[in-house]
Amino acid sequence: MQTRLEAPAQEPRNVAQASGEIHLAGVSRAFARSGAAPVAALADVSLDVAAGETVAVVGPSGCGKTTLLELVCGLQAPDAGTVRAAPAVLMPQRDLLLPWLSAIDNAALALRVAGVGRTESRERAHPLFAAFGLEGFERTRPHELSGGMRQRVAFLRTLLSGKPVLCLDEPFGALDALTRREMQDWLAGALEREARTVLLVTHDVEEAAVLADRIVVLSPRPGRVVAEIPVDLAHPRAATDPALVALRERALEALRA
Amino acid sequence: MTRARLGRLVPPVLLVVALLAVWELYARLGSVDDFILPAPSEIARALWDDRSLLWSNLLVTAQEVGLGVIAALVLGFGLAVALHFSATLRRGTYPLLVASQAVPIVIVAPLLVVWFGFGIVPKLAIIALVCFFPVVVTTLDALGNVDPDQLKLLRTLDASRWQAFRYVEAPAALPAALSGAKIAVAVAVIGAVFAEYAGSSSGLGHLMLQAIPQLETPRAYAAVALLAAFAVALFSALALAERRLVPWAHRRTEGPRP
Repeated sequence: MQTRLEAPAQEPRNVAQASGEIHLAGVSRAFARSGAAPVAALADVSLDVAAGETVAVVGPSGCGKTTLLELVCGLQAPDAGTVRAAPAVLMPQRDLLLPWLSAIDNAALALRVAGVGRTESRERAHPLFAAFGLEGFERTRPHELSGGMRQRVAFLRTLLSGKPVLCLDEPFGALDALTRREMQDWLAGALEREARTVLLVTHDVEEAAVLADRIVVLSPRPGRVVAEIPVDLAHPRAATDPALVALRERALEALRA
Repeated sequence: MTRARLGRLVPPVLLVVALLAVWELYARLGSVDDFILPAPSEIARALWDDRSLLWSNLLVTAQEVGLGVIAALVLGFGLAVALHFSATLRRGTYPLLVASQAVPIVIVAPLLVVWFGFGIVPKLAIIALVCFFPVVVTTLDALGNVDPDQLKLLRTLDASRWQAFRYVEAPAALPAALSGAKIAVAVAVIGAVFAEYAGSSSGLGHLMLQAIPQLETPRAYAAVALLAAFAVALFSALALAERRLVPWAHRRTEGPRP
């Protein structure tokens, strides 16, 4: 029994655990294809995210943005380089709400998985329903919710996992322009209340500029970091603010290069 | 019952009436002997005249089918889950399961009678043998076809293998498992008749076996009619259970809201 008490040899990804930091150094990742050369998704990506920072990753489609998030969440391992990240939870592109659970049970899924009982997990999720404008929809099934509401429930589920790092994969990609704008404002407010590290993947440069503290621009496949643009603007930000528009143009230029 | 639901009953009722009319006409015109193909009116008379005989034998067969289907469902769901969790088991036993369906019941039925006698056990074994397969296949396929992104999501929430099964795979596979169960109840009745042919002293299958050499063909057909009605009743009961158990799979009329 004595030996069990010694610290086990752990992978480096646990070093940053408590704080909520993310460190990627020289990360590459390729995918095998049947009957063809492997596709490189990411090539030599280095990225450091401080605890509590919101970083938006923008890039053309197929540049390995989703791969980047899955690496940070530990769903994949890099072929080269190191990934050190605090425990991270993924909010996937599709909301992936479970159709057999009510909205509140979907939101509380992380709690149930962590061993919390049904009643207690609902009690803990309930106050957040009110805060997120979902009050009265606790017992509604996902297919009866609007797209924006489903996305909010999915975000709640992500938050309730209690992990310090949130990886958001194009959270509003499936929404119409108007709902999207509303949800961006809503998320900006929600993130301000929550002191979490956020890695936000999007193909919408404006969304990145409205929400993030820093924009990281990836090149077309294989993705590598071509620009890092700090966004030093106070919240709430208006998409029409000339400073924000200028940043947006800078990011777009980096994307085109 | 609403007008719309009554309206939905019209086509099947009309179809049955038309079929019975053609049958009656064909039998009355005398191209086939009465003891080969009795007219529906004769079958109806047999249903009434032999009602107590038919009823007591129906109870026997219904009990066999009910218990046999329960055994098949327990076995089928259990096997599907076991095969889902173990690839080795799946590779090892799946071919055997398929092979088991190629074994004609008439070959194994006497053996089962030798082993288990004339009681209810060999009947349950035969019914379970014909019924478990659709349950295993539909359930196993559905368990394997769960959205991989949903399982990935559970992984980022640190769910265990068992939790992924409990929260995602099992509910996702439930509609297909119930479809398998519906197929099972439809064929269970045939299994019961085979089983009673192989050796029994009561039941509708036994009754048929006796009625035909006695040239009481209408009685045999009456037994068939009862078996068919019983299969439809079981099927409807499962369809009803399906609506209660998997309400999320029945929302085509509502559709997603914008």
